[in-house]
Amino acid sequence: MADTPKGVLVTPIFANNPIALQILGICSALAVTTNLNTAMVMGIAVSLVTAFSSMFISMIRNHIPSSIRIIVQMTIIASLVIVVDQLLKAYAYETSKSLSVFVGLIITNCIVMGRAEAYAMKNGPVMSFLDGIGNGAGYTVVLLFVGFVRELFGSGSLFGIQLLEKINDGGWYLPNGMMLLPPSAFFIIAGFIWLLRTMQPKQNEAADFKIAPNTQAKEAV
Amino acid sequence: MFEYYLSLFVKAVFVENMALAFFLGMCTFLAVSKKVEAALGLGIAVVVVQVITVPVNNLIFHYLLREGALTWTGMEGAESIDLSFLGYLSYIGVIAAMVQIMEMFLDKYVPALYNALGVFLPLITVNCAILGASLFMVERDYTFGESVVYGTGAGVGWALAIVALAGIREKLKYSDVPAGLQGLGITFVTVGLMSLGFMSFSGVQL
Repeated sequence: MADTPKGVLVTPIFANNPIALQILGICSALAVTTNLNTAMVMGIAVSLVTAFSSMFISMIRNHIPSSIRIIVQMTIIASLVIVVDQLLKAYAYETSKSLSVFVGLIITNCIVMGRAEAYAMKNGPVMSFLDGIGNGAGYTVVLLFVGFVRELFGSGSLFGIQLLEKINDGGWYLPNGMMLLPPSAFFIIAGFIWLLRTMQPKQNEAADFKIAPNTQAKEAV
Repeated sequence: MFEYYLSLFVKAVFVENMALAFFLGMCTFLAVSKKVEAALGLGIAVVVVQVITVPVNNLIFHYLLREGALTWTGMEGAESIDLSFLGYLSYIGVIAAMVQIMEMFLDKYVPALYNALGVFLPLITVNCAILGASLFMVERDYTFGESVVYGTGAGVGWALAIVALAGIREKLKYSDVPAGLQGLGITFVTVGLMSLGFMSFSGVQL
């Protein structure tokens, strides 16, 4: 299934999600999920960088000496991120300000490097492009999920549109301040992983130790 | 002066902890925190790389990339040259080169340390905490002295966090965790709680 174009595009979204299963690309993204708008921009930016870097690396994969391949990949990725950064500064200046250093951190986002290493070095440009889009989509889904929960419960709005009227503005909803703080992102991702693994139990990790069943303490005779 | 640097250092270690307040270097943070020994090795490597790369990137920014930074060359019209858009490329290049040089240097002169750190050195190139510290340094416009202190602090803070997490995970494997949360899930919850704990440092002023 993973070899057809459709499989390459769809598997990473739930069956082989880069964040929930492969532990890739958690790095910078969590800080930008306090609202859906930045989460979406970040998701799109990462998807595009992953797709294009995979495609370019795949094109020259037979000409890269393996001893310096990390630097070559880094250079390609960094150039693409510069393009994204300049585009954001030109057309979405406010968003680019609120993303601050996290646009630059796409360079070290493990998804981009991971897909370049694991897939693009072995497959053709078109498939690598699709693989990049697919993994970017898997990343975006998690980001949007976290952003949805955090923005809805943290400030009672979605995409900046007020849905739950806050008490401060004369409404009924008391915003959960913790949702806007960094730690909440970890709890929400843990919940997402739990949900995903409950639906697909084969992703569960085996425990290191078995807990022995409780035994009744016997009274001394 | 000394108090100012001390406060900057404490702020970088505790208040603005790279791992727990900015989520930087999360991939390695979660992947290499199963054993305290391995975590300590990686932590030390990160501190060393941080101490070197942040000041070097600071020099590059101030003498090559910033608007008007090339004035010292005395070239015609150098005051108006602004190369700051090349920043990402140069910083990551410096980091990759530094890691490579450090690897070769340790291999030749300090083989014991090289063997201890060996596996982790290449991993550091793609550690967001390293690039993150350089980018924060540029964004906050630190001087050279400040950047040395900030780099050290950021590295120590990250090392502290990963060793603490490894300690917790070593104990955690004996506990009864729901099937779906086993492994990655419960680690996220743990990191979240640690992050909450570290938030109590915010507002500390020296």
